Amino acid sequence: MTRIAAILHGTPQQPSRPWPRFVVSRAQWSALLRENLTLLGAWADTTHVHALFANNATPDPPTDPLACLIVSIEVEVGFYPALSPVHPGAAWFERAIHDLWGHKAADGEDRPWLDHGHWPQTHPLAARPGPRPPAADPPEFVEVAGSALMQWPIGPIGSGIAEAAHLRLTLDGTAIVRAEARLGYTHKGVLTLMRGKSPRVAARFAARLAGDATVAHAIAFARATEAALDIAPPPRAIALRAVMAALERTTTRLDDLGTLAALLGATHLHGQCGLWQEYLRRGLAAAFGHRMCMDCVVPGGVAGDADPMGLSALRPILEALLDDLPSIRAGFARDSLAARLTGLGRCATEGDAADRCARRLDAIAADVALVVPLLSDLPEGPANVALPSHSGEGLGLSSSARGDIRHWIRIDNGQIAAAFPIDPGWHRWPLAEAGLVGAEAADAEAICVSFGLPVSGMDL
Amino acid sequence: MMRWPLPPRLPAAEPAGPVDRETVASLVARMDAAAQRRLGRGLAIRHVNTGSCNGCELETRALTGVLYELSRFGLRFVDSPAHADVLLVTGPLTQNLRRALEQAWDAVPDPKWVVALGDCAVDGGVFKGSYATLGGTGNAVPVDLTIGGCPPSPSRILAGLRALLEANSAR
Repeated sequence: MTRIAAILHGTPQQPSRPWPRFVVSRAQWSALLRENLTLLGAWADTTHVHALFANNATPDPPTDPLACLIVSIEVEVGFYPALSPVHPGAAWFERAIHDLWGHKAADGEDRPWLDHGHWPQTHPLAARPGPRPPAADPPEFVEVAGSALMQWPIGPIGSGIAEAAHLRLTLDGTAIVRAEARLGYTHKGVLTLMRGKSPRVAARFAARLAGDATVAHAIAFARATEAALDIAPPPRAIALRAVMAALERTTTRLDDLGTLAALLGATHLHGQCGLWQEYLRRGLAAAFGHRMCMDCVVPGGVAGDADPMGLSALRPILEALLDDLPSIRAGFARDSLAARLTGLGRCATEGDAADRCARRLDAIAADVALVVPLLSDLPEGPANVALPSHSGEGLGLSSSARGDIRHWIRIDNGQIAAAFPIDPGWHRWPLAEAGLVGAEAADAEAICVSFGLPVSGMDL
Repeated sequence: MMRWPLPPRLPAAEPAGPVDRETVASLVARMDAAAQRRLGRGLAIRHVNTGSCNGCELETRALTGVLYELSRFGLRFVDSPAHADVLLVTGPLTQNLRRALEQAWDAVPDPKWVVALGDCAVDGGVFKGSYATLGGTGNAVPVDLTIGGCPPSPSRILAGLRALLEANSAR
């Protein structure tokens, strides 16, 4: 028995699929925090706080029932033991939990995150939301000691055609000594809107969490629903989802590469990346009826079958892209651009902007190579199955250009009782904060673009 | 070296009479019209995100690509609202971005246009009725043109912006 199994031994398991959920005591919670776990996300309901961990000490991930842990702890008189002292990445989740449900992390962070003081009520997901205090507090940022330092606020309306976020840079001359993100500007109240709806209706909100990952979010949501209701989508739907998801990742990566190239003055590469992105979107529209495949993935399968003519149009586009990829790669390796990318936004886990561009190009090649054979060998059969209207809990996973997406859902008699999507943004922004330190202030925008920082999906 | 038979002093031009005032007036009018038609067709656009999912941004960014080439119509994106003729607004107008939109609108010099881009900006879209959104651009600033769609395709966005351009140059 592993140490984690020993800690959880005898704990009642909630019937959640594919992994059970454990409601643990405070002693078990603090014992688990000492184990080799990676925090993937944390959220709450009116009575409990839930945390999702990847188990790094698992002997065999595919078969280990404890490879992924969903752990819940009861909130007592408004408090729960904080995760952030052990898992610093939990701080933003703790701040969001406080803003939405009103539960406070003892010894954790309680600066506002999503609530900027403009909603008509406080703690909108609490059993009893509170009244709005009369004046909104100005946001607080961590001060850096030093007399010659200045703060440079960027956003929420930044430069370019981009998402709304605020970045507070502390500068020593032109060098960045600290970067702190302030998000929540695009908070739309998605969790409240999903509640009480059927999974088919709520899928429209999941598909609008992030436009650059609409398919990936819709797939994670659909998988969570299918796990909760214990049904399987038909094989044809699984294959069509894989095509859509891979091409979405490809268009988003091309967008990131092209935007970065434009910022660094490589306008030719910007044009080249944009051209392939546009050809792919037109191909997706012909095959699936929408340029971004928004609302094409639904719980139970895909919304409608793909157009056979459109599907056959995708293949030549993909083959031509594969032919052109070496020239895009050469463009990024050209001296003038490579010199700008090398060392830009270096962080311990991901390397610099040059490494991130190379990984994007590798991923594009891999995704296109995945789709081409899939297109010629699509399984026949129905595109979706009907959803039963019973109850259950489930977790769904999918892969987007910016990282893994996870959705957790609880369904009560066919209606959504609670849901939480974990966007990759929660894990990417802290990397960018680290990668900005030591850089020139003028490079901040290029560094952020090189990381690929989604906003809307994590603003909920 | 060739020698030219030079006159005793350099010739001077003879004095000229006044130009015909009517001809001048008619030429000025024609040139003004031509300049307005050829040079005056341009709009500077500032994009303002009021809570979009990034879908409208992707399609708007596509306009700067080689297939749509926005700049051939005299349309261009600028960094500051103070340099803009048009605010291109996306998103359902979240409570948290209302003030940012109002400040951007105040910064645009008159005469100014506001375009609500996408179903969310038009009336809140699927996020209508949420505690966190205000139901579209029109709830904070006056809207001149709406371009619906979730998200609208680049060609639809371009058609809307070109209509604005025509209307603006006809003034």
